[in-house]
Amino acid sequence: MSIWEYANPKKFMETTARFMPWLVGLTAVTLIPGLAWGYFFTPEAENFGSSVKIIYIHVPSATIAINAWIMMLVASLIWLVRRHHVSALAAKAAAPVGLTMTLIALITGAVWGQPMWGTWWAWDPRLTSFLVLFIFYLGYMALWEAIENPDTAADLTAILCIVGSVFALLSRYAVMFWPQGLHQGASLSMDRAEHVADVYYWPLVLSLIGFGLLFLTLVLYRTRTEVRARRLKALEARERMA
Amino acid sequence: MIALLVRDIRLAMRAGGGFGLGLAFFLIAVMLVPFGVGPEGGLLGTIAPGILWIAALLACLLSLDRIFTLDYEDGTLDLLATSPLPMEGVVAMKALAHWLTTGLPLTIAAPVLGLLLNLPESAYYWLVVTFLLGTPALSFIGTFGAALTVGVKRGGLLLSLLVLPLYIPSLTFGAEALRRGAEGMANTVPLLMLAGITLGTIALLPFVAAQAIRINLR
Repeated sequence: MSIWEYANPKKFMETTARFMPWLVGLTAVTLIPGLAWGYFFTPEAENFGSSVKIIYIHVPSATIAINAWIMMLVASLIWLVRRHHVSALAAKAAAPVGLTMTLIALITGAVWGQPMWGTWWAWDPRLTSFLVLFIFYLGYMALWEAIENPDTAADLTAILCIVGSVFALLSRYAVMFWPQGLHQGASLSMDRAEHVADVYYWPLVLSLIGFGLLFLTLVLYRTRTEVRARRLKALEARERMA
Repeated sequence: MIALLVRDIRLAMRAGGGFGLGLAFFLIAVMLVPFGVGPEGGLLGTIAPGILWIAALLACLLSLDRIFTLDYEDGTLDLLATSPLPMEGVVAMKALAHWLTTGLPLTIAAPVLGLLLNLPESAYYWLVVTFLLGTPALSFIGTFGAALTVGVKRGGLLLSLLVLPLYIPSLTFGAEALRRGAEGMANTVPLLMLAGITLGTIALLPFVAAQAIRINLR
């Protein structure tokens, strides 16, 4: 019994079909209470007013945005090394979700920044790297769309994902050369003393878990759709041959 | 390999090869800036480093889709793939030819355009240095992008979407080194980073691009 068994599309579909309802339920029971707790049952912060509550969307979506790319990178590597189709399709499925999360992080950040910093946008290192990430997602998706042969597309996008990761990191360090900007440091860290106050901590953790599960659910759904689309194409091709 | 390099350079220099086109685009892009932001010398001088770098980057982008597309369409690329020459070598020579016909002329033309933009006198030396160090990376990254999109019909727009984000680190370090140099500040670190990116792309990207070409020819 190894994890590679799930690389078999049939096995993958059967297993995920069993898991899906549970996953959706689990997402609902973490995400909804997490957000509700954060929005309605936490005090307003000193100096920040109620605007602090956007943190419950902003931080989780930003975390997922980065981790989605890392997941795509891992899936791409698995595809290149072991040629498992499900892996390539999972990478393809994750891209639009990651793109949306990046967009949510950028927009909520702008909405928060307007009253707090007095500006919607600043060329701060963190903000800039997110914009760059956004463009990388766009390029990745565009390349998937542009190539007709699915295996060629999977190979080339996997290569792009790997090279893109290197350059995304480089850009991240390149913009560090600019004067440090407005964005605060990490909101969460292992060192509990550094991050947000305790009242905000647990709802934030719950929202983070909720967003993580939401990401997993969406990616699995999309992967299942991609597998079905691939099967449909194969059936059509067989029909034409007959 | 040398023969391939010479062939590529000859093809690029011929009419319709895009040799003059890139340079002309560089000139026009730089020339448009004073029309856009007004002719004030002080302002132009401050933004000149960034403008020159961005214009060079765009001029580089123009000729990228010529690197492989024509060879792909008329079958030369298949021939090269079956020849004893390793694909990595082919890609590296293509990138080098691209640099010799775009990056190098751009470097030579840049000081003249710097004059038009009222670039401070102290900056000319750094302008040439950063261009020499940075433009090879543009060619090698661009060749990688061209290798990815060689099978895509009318892939020009897609190519720019893929390649421009990859140019960001070179652009940031190049323009930063130039700006600091122009203001007389220490610029060794961005300069070293710029050179490091260039050397890294020269060392690694031909292998990746060759793989992409092989996938496209499959």
